[in-house]
Amino acid sequence: MFTMKDVNETNRMIEENKLDIRTITMGISLRDCGHPDSKIFCQNIYDKITRTAEKLVKTGEDIEAEYGIPIINKRISVTPIAIAAESCRTDSYVDAAKALDAAAKEVGVNFIGGFSALVQKGYTNGDRTLIRSIPEALDITERVCSSVNLGSTKAGINMDCVREMGEIIKLTAERTKDRDALGCAKLVVFANVPEDNPFMAGAFHGVGEPEVTIHVGVSGPGVVKRALEDVKGRDFSAVAETIKRTAFKITRVGQLVAQEASRRLGYPFGIIDLSLAPTPAVGDSVAHILEEMGLESCGAPGTTAALALLNDAVKKGGLMASSHVGGLSGAFIPVSEDAGMIAAIECGSLSLEKLEAMTCVCSVGLDMIAVPGDTSAATISAIIADEAAIGMINNKTTAVRIIPVPGKKVGDTVEFGGLLGYSPILAVSKFKSDDFIARGGRIPAPVRSLTN
Amino acid sequence: MKTVITIVGQDRVGIIAMVSNILAENNVNILNINQNILEGFFNMVMLVDMSQAIISLKDLGQLLGDKGAAMGLDIKVQHEDIFRVMHRV
Repeated sequence: MFTMKDVNETNRMIEENKLDIRTITMGISLRDCGHPDSKIFCQNIYDKITRTAEKLVKTGEDIEAEYGIPIINKRISVTPIAIAAESCRTDSYVDAAKALDAAAKEVGVNFIGGFSALVQKGYTNGDRTLIRSIPEALDITERVCSSVNLGSTKAGINMDCVREMGEIIKLTAERTKDRDALGCAKLVVFANVPEDNPFMAGAFHGVGEPEVTIHVGVSGPGVVKRALEDVKGRDFSAVAETIKRTAFKITRVGQLVAQEASRRLGYPFGIIDLSLAPTPAVGDSVAHILEEMGLESCGAPGTTAALALLNDAVKKGGLMASSHVGGLSGAFIPVSEDAGMIAAIECGSLSLEKLEAMTCVCSVGLDMIAVPGDTSAATISAIIADEAAIGMINNKTTAVRIIPVPGKKVGDTVEFGGLLGYSPILAVSKFKSDDFIARGGRIPAPVRSLTN
Repeated sequence: MKTVITIVGQDRVGIIAMVSNILAENNVNILNINQNILEGFFNMVMLVDMSQAIISLKDLGQLLGDKGAAMGLDIKVQHEDIFRVMHRV
């Protein structure tokens, strides 16, 4: 039997330290929806999503009420539209994005991911159509999220796509400039993308996934921070052990919710994503965990080591607590969604370059980075190339979600609202990479031994 | 199905009476009660059996939550599994 102390500890984690289930994400295959007529295809995907996910939101709310654990988001990921829509005779997939948006609204989920293409080795016709459709799709829809995988350890980096994505991000920013380039907050560029990630904006339902599946993403930076307060001044063995124990407890709750959701909805459980996902709320910050380890401000020397320990200990603790782990599984460092990161940028301790170093040791990458509106497409492409290279060489997922905010410069602030938070504009190197990006072609896949 | 009821708030006369009356009316059986008062602060954890209950867990949570709020108490009703999985391997 558990004790009164156990009950109070769990409820303190939930109420004071903001332990929550960040998302229940239903992955739905759209591979059987293809049709040469785009209208019929759109009807097919709308019908399939609304039929399959009809009870998703209500089930999430029931579990939340019965177990007393907040479930913040209910979401859907679908087969990459570049694959599902490829047989349509059309030169734009914007209508498919509208159908996804309408389906998301109908079933009541706040985001739907999968307006995506996988082009690490090269483009198919569907991939080209999808990528060209991204700026308009993210402008006119509200809940659709888009992602493009342009590199992997086994395929190398598609530098033609790196160049194109710089331009696509600029176009998306321009089209949504009346909303501070909000469209770019719904667009992620990946290397080594996981096909079962439940977190937005990068979620999609990979081609090796079953017909329908239930993934759960847990969270709880505040719980880890609180636990570390009890080992102040102790050595790093104690720090790692504390994080592992905490991650275990958090993940057990995720596993319970995932099994319960899977049982009630009648679809198989996929994976638990063991991530520490911050929110802008006070007490829900990854940066504050790093500072609790003894850093004056996130970004100070030692930050990369602190993050490496945190990321590894979260995995070690979480792995034993869950039957299947997948997705991104690691600490997230999205700048605008983390109060501690925002403060670190504002006080000058954290820069784009330090963030890049941090992405070498954690999931996922340069996430929710607001940069000046006059940052060139080539510079954005070059930042993407650097991140993709880190992912490719280190055999890990890396991503870039960067927002060049039209009309804003360093010193300004941009407000995205809700879970997306707000951010000061980060400084970007003024030195040009235009000729580097203009080359195009492919960076070959790396050698996997001689790893110095 | 076993359920955990936690009650936290300023101590006063009639807290246990109010809660146990509602449980009796709804055929919810009390299995265990742990309670203490620290500096005037009331803290109680009850384990109850709802297998014969004539009310759903969700509705009981709503009912006790509302009644508790009227007395200045924070009352939560939760399925026991969330505590079991977190604290027992």
